[in-house]
Amino acid sequence: MVERRPLLNAFSHLILVLGVVIVAFPLYLTFVASTHTASDIVQAPMPLLPGAYMIENYTAAWNGTGGGNGSKAPVGQMMTVSLVSALIIAIGKIAISLLSAFAIVYFRFPFRMFFFWAIFITLMLPVEVRILPTYQVVSDLGMLNSYAGLTVPLIASATATFLFRQFFLTVPEELVEAARMDGAGPMRFFKDVLVPLSTTSIAALFVIQFIYGWNQYLWPLLVTTNENMYPVVIGIKRMISGGDAQTEWSVVMATALLAMLPPALVVMLMQKWFVKGLVDTEK
Amino acid sequence: MDKRVVFRSAWLPWVLIAPQVLVITVFFFWPAAQALLLSVQQSDAFGTSVEWVGLDNFRNLWNDETYLASFYTTAIFSTLVAVLGIGLSLMLAVFADRIVKGALVYKTLLIWPYAVAPAVAGVLWLFMFTPSVGVVSYWLRTMGVDWNHLLDSRHAMTLVVMAAVWKQISYNFLFFLAGLQSIPKSLIEAAAIDGARAWRRFWTIVFPLLSPTTFFLLVINIVYAFFDTFGIIDAATQGGPGKETSILVYKVYYDGFKAMDLGGSAAQSVVLMVIVVVLTVVQFRFVEKKVNY
Amino acid sequence: MTFKFAALAFAAALSATAAQAQTEIQWWHSMTAVNGEVVNDLAKNFNATQNKYKIVPIFKGSYDESFTAAVAAFRAGNAPHILQVFEVGTATMMASKGVTVPVGKVMKDAGEKFDPKTYVSAVAGYYTAPSGEMLSFPFNSSTTVFYFNKDAFKAAGIDTTKAPGTWPEVALAAAKLKASGHKCPLTIAWQGWTQLESFSAWHNVEFATKGNGMQGMDARMTVNSPLHVRHIENLANMAKQGLFVYKGRASVSEASFISGECAMTTTSTGFYGNVARNAKFAWGLAPLPYYPDVPGAPQNTVIGGASLWVMAGKKADEYKGIAQFFSYLSSPAIQAATHQRTGFLPITTAAFQLTEKSGFYEKNPGTDVGVNQMIRKTTNKSRGIRLGNYVQIRTIEDEELEQVWAGKKPAKEALDSIVLRGNELLERFEKANKR
Repeated sequence: MVERRPLLNAFSHLILVLGVVIVAFPLYLTFVASTHTASDIVQAPMPLLPGAYMIENYTAAWNGTGGGNGSKAPVGQMMTVSLVSALIIAIGKIAISLLSAFAIVYFRFPFRMFFFWAIFITLMLPVEVRILPTYQVVSDLGMLNSYAGLTVPLIASATATFLFRQFFLTVPEELVEAARMDGAGPMRFFKDVLVPLSTTSIAALFVIQFIYGWNQYLWPLLVTTNENMYPVVIGIKRMISGGDAQTEWSVVMATALLAMLPPALVVMLMQKWFVKGLVDTEK
Repeated sequence: MDKRVVFRSAWLPWVLIAPQVLVITVFFFWPAAQALLLSVQQSDAFGTSVEWVGLDNFRNLWNDETYLASFYTTAIFSTLVAVLGIGLSLMLAVFADRIVKGALVYKTLLIWPYAVAPAVAGVLWLFMFTPSVGVVSYWLRTMGVDWNHLLDSRHAMTLVVMAAVWKQISYNFLFFLAGLQSIPKSLIEAAAIDGARAWRRFWTIVFPLLSPTTFFLLVINIVYAFFDTFGIIDAATQGGPGKETSILVYKVYYDGFKAMDLGGSAAQSVVLMVIVVVLTVVQFRFVEKKVNY
Repeated sequence: MTFKFAALAFAAALSATAAQAQTEIQWWHSMTAVNGEVVNDLAKNFNATQNKYKIVPIFKGSYDESFTAAVAAFRAGNAPHILQVFEVGTATMMASKGVTVPVGKVMKDAGEKFDPKTYVSAVAGYYTAPSGEMLSFPFNSSTTVFYFNKDAFKAAGIDTTKAPGTWPEVALAAAKLKASGHKCPLTIAWQGWTQLESFSAWHNVEFATKGNGMQGMDARMTVNSPLHVRHIENLANMAKQGLFVYKGRASVSEASFISGECAMTTTSTGFYGNVARNAKFAWGLAPLPYYPDVPGAPQNTVIGGASLWVMAGKKADEYKGIAQFFSYLSSPAIQAATHQRTGFLPITTAAFQLTEKSGFYEKNPGTDVGVNQMIRKTTNKSRGIRLGNYVQIRTIEDEELEQVWAGKKPAKEALDSIVLRGNELLERFEKANKR
């Protein structure tokens, strides 16, 4: 940072450690639970230090055995479905939102603000409320049991457009003027100036949208009747007995952690992008 | 806030905006219109007997005193969630931005919890907070607090606020971090050379420059608190004890989803949408004035 | 080269048509964990006995998620063949015109041997029309029983050879447990089901008029009768004295029994496997307690769980396959095996007798308690419950009872409130489903 303030540094670390402990505690619990046997976990209170059953539980989780998950699809396959869906959703959303936000901020055309608000309103009706008619539309279009059906309806979101709009409004006017003086058209400006400037926002959105797509549960459940198209969260949910019967908690937690690894990777990789983007665009 | 410098083209903006408009028309507006149409109908779950009842569903809501009570509950819940969520994550982001050692670890560990699937998060929450057998309840009891969110409504509200804030901290943290990292270092250094201390620097330079992000998160968090938190309520308290943590959207979800009362649920959705649209317009009108672009 | 290609294509085409000869029957279910495996095994084994029909079980989430999926699919014209619906959804399924086909009709049309009398009336009666026609096929049924911690009893000086059979005895045991320092003598699970619904049937009193709704949609709740008020008041007093501790809705309280924190609980027979595996103390299973001074008690308890409904709009051949599958499921050997593996109640008396003969109940003490509560002749008041909007009514029961346990409302007021709010929902259901 700018000055050397050891006390402030120490204080920062303290706050951050506290923050991590609180925010990441459930993750830690998941890990601990995945290293014990199921019976140990239900004894109250749960043990807080890792146990000795890590290998058994993770092998069972990966192979889809144990946990009585009653699913023929092992974790590996479900993760593939989740991965493809998450990527399509993240990339799709970012792509169309970049274009829309660019249009709204940098052009004047009739109904401009109307479109902004129309896009924005999509945030205001939760999926569950409109899920029946959305299913009907998807079914009518013949998109059931397909990646298209799994992903395209979820791309209709305003968060990305809104964020890009916020960001574009902070881009200095001089850059646009310079581009126009150079004779560059709007798309050149977009490609060579705006997008590179937006990498931090894009990276942040990519993380969020990837995880959003990765954690989809209800929509895939409705839209697929082929268990091979089930993403990983459904696999986890079906191992959790909803009623009184026993749940193989240790394997459930192991599966949950395995399922969280790709998003974790995305988080770490995107952080490299943050820094890279910053260095490239130092104004 | 409008840009002064724009590009001129008669057709390009339409092409650019077309993909998103197409997707939201087909997959949002069309289904949404049908869903909201249900609010003036009374139908059975499968749609085999549909009857137009005008404003009856709305009238039922108005006469239901528990529904009116949930306005109050929702207001408290949303305010707490938005304020705490934004405040805490801003603090964490500022501190994470200024240290160098261990930055990657902290940031990863603070963003990663967002990846916990809601299905699993609900379960974890039970492991931690079930009265007497949950880990955290156990600690609270040893410290003398008789934690019982099943019968004590304040405990229940605390629980759901905590759960909702927890879920959003990672999200807010991520965007604050992105916002902070796009503030040119040169500005901060210039201010430091001028003699401004860290606290001053924050409020006079960093915070204003961060305001677009803050405004974004404010709107998003309020929308989140109003619309996306029913999963948490469902996992943690199911609106209990009694109806003390039953927020508006929980009833929407519950009625439409578990009880298959599609007409009632749609009517409630209309009411909820109106509220949030008004809130958002207010934010754009009044709060956005203070945002520095 | 082209010849080989043609030959391969021909062979492929042949096998494709051969595969197409199998009629696929989709079965949407909500069975998780080990029960999910049972579903898959049942389908697999049935498919192995013949090659005309292929049952394809598909997990569709929890009961309400699966129900929503089915509603969505039905409205779009691609409903499954068989749908597993929870017991509280029975009225909704019945009331929807043209959505389902009664199981009795399916079996008769397919020419399958089907005698309603071979089914346990307390189990199948829940899903039967007043005319005697079976509407849906009972699949996973459980009932309400009483679990107690023998080690805790011993420590409190209570005799463990005979479980407390009546509510006065339970109260006494609770007092002794508290005196010995036990923090949570009694808790309950699924309070609406155990303390109101099953309670009513067990004492042969009405939970709602019109035979608990079986005879008509104009049924109204009667759960604020003096007996009900008396029982809830007793529990409320126990709560005040710390003899009864409320531990949450649905099955959340079961964790406190397993951990040894609570010594007695009333919950489902489905809890048995969990206790057998995870409890680290000696425990026992007993019938639901009752009030000995009520005439007719104990009668029988009410089931919980789900049944299989056959959806309308399918081809005749597919219905034949479904009928064959149901016959398979009802065969004594398969029923007995499923019952023993899962703890679901056996749906035919033959299955029950087969299991008894095999000595299963002796080897697994307590597994016959639930069954014994059901193998009786039912009355009009105890056959089961069929009320519309019942999911919401159950929640209302939870909400009002919670206020009693928290000391915010007296028992009578809460029960009156349940009746008031419940009846309003029943009225709306009746209006929405006018025939």
